[in-house]
Amino acid sequence: MQEVKVIEIKKSIFNANEIDADNLRKELKEKKVFLLNLMSSPGAGKTTTLIKLINNLKKDLKIAVMEADIDSDVDAIKIFEGTGVKAIQLHTGGMCHLDAEMTKQGLDNLELDVDLVILENVGNLVCPAEFDTGACKNMMILSVPEGDDKPLKYPLMFQVCDIVAINKIDCMEMFDFDLDRVKGYIKQRNERAEIYPICAKDGRGIDELANKIRREIKEWRK
Amino acid sequence: MHELGIVFSIIKQVDGIAKKNNASSVKEVTLEIGEVSGIVPKYLTDCWKWAVDNRSEYMKGCELKIIPIKAKSFCESCEQSYDTVTYGKICPYCKSEKTYLLVGKDATIKNIGVTGI
Repeated sequence: MQEVKVIEIKKSIFNANEIDADNLRKELKEKKVFLLNLMSSPGAGKTTTLIKLINNLKKDLKIAVMEADIDSDVDAIKIFEGTGVKAIQLHTGGMCHLDAEMTKQGLDNLELDVDLVILENVGNLVCPAEFDTGACKNMMILSVPEGDDKPLKYPLMFQVCDIVAINKIDCMEMFDFDLDRVKGYIKQRNERAEIYPICAKDGRGIDELANKIRREIKEWRK
Repeated sequence: MHELGIVFSIIKQVDGIAKKNNASSVKEVTLEIGEVSGIVPKYLTDCWKWAVDNRSEYMKGCELKIIPIKAKSFCESCEQSYDTVTYGKICPYCKSEKTYLLVGKDATIKNIGVTGI
């Protein structure tokens, strides 16, 4: 029997990803590229919102999109057809989130002569919140049919997001959705979150949200 | 799903440490998993068995030991600590919402047992 020696390590499991994420942010800062990580549940309207947002932002910014899904390329095609900007599809191969290493691989496939890269993360309110992708800012979309109690059920997602868009506000009445209540719940989890009520279908609130992203990009390039 | 990615990341880190120490194999890995780290120990163990045999030369058959760490929160209003999983965000003593997590979020590789050094 060989002798087993114990080596003390005391190292965080999430640490490797945090280091990758910080390195990626450094690289993005040098290249003056702003990476926005967009998260939501499946069906909250990420792709529709993105198309509206990009069509607003592309007037003055060069944009690329990375679509992360477990499988298929429907979203990348939809984004390209809806906006004309370059979109690539990342497959997570069954995994429920993207980590910084996967994000970096995706970015290496894009020519980084752009101002803004939007990463559309896997539709899921749990796992993507736990892994830093290396993005400059995190944004999430909560849609009205999901209910105004979601910040209570998925606190981490709301804690890590700097921008929260509330989508499908045209059907608030139908779902007894209380905008003030949800704002209260979000602020309770994360005081610095900025909340933007939008309707991706008719374009309400998109200008305000797009301008917020413009301000963040300006800040990042300082 | 989630756990598989975590297992790959642990294997990558442990594999690197084993190589650096010129070990010939890794026999066991001990983890401390916080109760609210988002990691489910059972799923981790299931992925582990498959992953160590397929992802690392050093770690074939390597045993995984998990030490669970209880989650504790602290209340800024009454300055008492309490069990996070039972009571959540609201302090059970004074009902304040001004609470924060003291311990239980992290997951660490505590130590590894290697042969050949």
